[in-house]
Amino acid sequence: MIEVRDVYFTYPTGVEALKGVSLSIRNGEFVAIMGQNGAGKTTLVKQFNGLLKPTKGAVLVDGVNTRDISIAQLARKVGFVFQNPDHQLFSETVEEEVAFALRNFGFRQATIERRITWALNLLGLTEYRKTSPFMLSGGERKRVALASVLAWNPKVVILDEPTIGQDYQQKETLRQFIVQLNAQGKTVVIVTHDVEFVAECNPRLVLMAQGQIVADGDTKRILTNPDVALRASIVPPQITQIFHGLADLGLPTDVIDVSEAKKILIEYFEEERGKR
Amino acid sequence: MSVFEGFRFRHVSSPIHRLDPRVKFFYVLVMFIAAVMFYELLPLIILFILPIPFVLAAGVQRQWLRSLRGALFLASFLFVFNLVFGYLSPGAVPWGMWPLEYASAMFLRFLVLVESFSIFFLTTSPDHLSLALEQSHVPYEFTFAFTTAVRFVPVLAEEAQTIMDAQKARGLELEKGNFLKRVRNYIPILIPLIVNAIRRSLELAEAMESRAWGAAKKRTNLYVLKMGRGDLVFLITSIMLLTSAIYVRYFVSLPTIAMLLPK
Repeated sequence: MIEVRDVYFTYPTGVEALKGVSLSIRNGEFVAIMGQNGAGKTTLVKQFNGLLKPTKGAVLVDGVNTRDISIAQLARKVGFVFQNPDHQLFSETVEEEVAFALRNFGFRQATIERRITWALNLLGLTEYRKTSPFMLSGGERKRVALASVLAWNPKVVILDEPTIGQDYQQKETLRQFIVQLNAQGKTVVIVTHDVEFVAECNPRLVLMAQGQIVADGDTKRILTNPDVALRASIVPPQITQIFHGLADLGLPTDVIDVSEAKKILIEYFEEERGKR
Repeated sequence: MSVFEGFRFRHVSSPIHRLDPRVKFFYVLVMFIAAVMFYELLPLIILFILPIPFVLAAGVQRQWLRSLRGALFLASFLFVFNLVFGYLSPGAVPWGMWPLEYASAMFLRFLVLVESFSIFFLTTSPDHLSLALEQSHVPYEFTFAFTTAVRFVPVLAEEAQTIMDAQKARGLELEKGNFLKRVRNYIPILIPLIVNAIRRSLELAEAMESRAWGAAKKRTNLYVLKMGRGDLVFLITSIMLLTSAIYVRYFVSLPTIAMLLPK
């Protein structure tokens, strides 16, 4: 679906943000990109929908080079939800906000109506259909931004820092939502700092540091490897830290998931009780 | 956004950077008055060349050139308009001048204005500027509002870029459609930009209030501006420039290009 071939990118200010990144994202995959501030995460995902074009190397989306196609054409396939919803909300009503992109892409009025209803329902925003997006709370605005992208049903959805400013409950809802989207066959890419969130989602994880990919693969394998985590300045999930501390008891150290941890601990305690 | 770059201050040390901001502002005013006084090509060329040594002395030639490049677009507009109207209604052009000459002079006048303001902002830190205003007895509220506005220009420029990216990602094509459509295309950019600016200013006001802004009626400053010898020399030079400009304007008849050309 997305093919990144040895991409270098330098900003006009002279900052070298990507230094030889190669990455291939298959259709229907769920990928999380993590790394320090300034590691090049956002720069990389902006290559996916053509907002930035590589200085060297190439990015192919659905087999088409991003240099040969307009941002609008790419956006039809690759939806990008920005970190701050306030950078895109401008309409008088939530409904209009969602309709904006659909109009840009030239959908018919009947289709637009249907899509709005569908997207608002999907994100639990139906009651706010006629409300001004500026009257909503931070979390709700974020959902409006998400709805306005999902409405045109792009094949790929990129979410930049989706968990920032969300409380625990909202995060959990978001997680279930993303997993559900992915299960329906959508390619999902998230950029985040939230280790706990990634650990719970268990996607394919791409770690970046200083404009390069330092690890790519199974979340569990990467987050439980102290060397790799250190190189990308990532603190492992709290559960992993606990199990590292309990290594002397003979427990496994590669645990990232709370429910998995619970199972292991119950087994361990029952065994101990049996010995006594 | 390259025009903004041409006005953004960077900390460098040079004799020009160290000059008293009040003196520098006086110089800008002199350049402004002189540029507006003349419509002939010859003095405007001189006015254009005059500040170049200062730019070189301050070492800001790159940013300075960038500001000129940014101004070039508007200046070309002035040039074309003056040229077209100069030919359409010859009465608009001062007697004895060619429309081309007059249009070039107007083009240059605009560049001289931008050039002198650019030098001022490139070599004067916002802090210095506010000091200068304050010590010229401008009320602190105004001074603060002014420096805050200057300070937030790059922030807004960056934010505008992010908003443009966000809307492009939703299929907005800024360069599409006829003139009216293109203007309308900017609504989705301007509304978030303005809303965020207002929101930010409210937050800033709260943050300032919570840090006791305006608690002291009489403010003192760690740094007090003092005129040095260099400042005096520069001030006298500026005054001489102004008087000679006035003298030339009223007592010397300036030749047009047609007169300078061999018959």
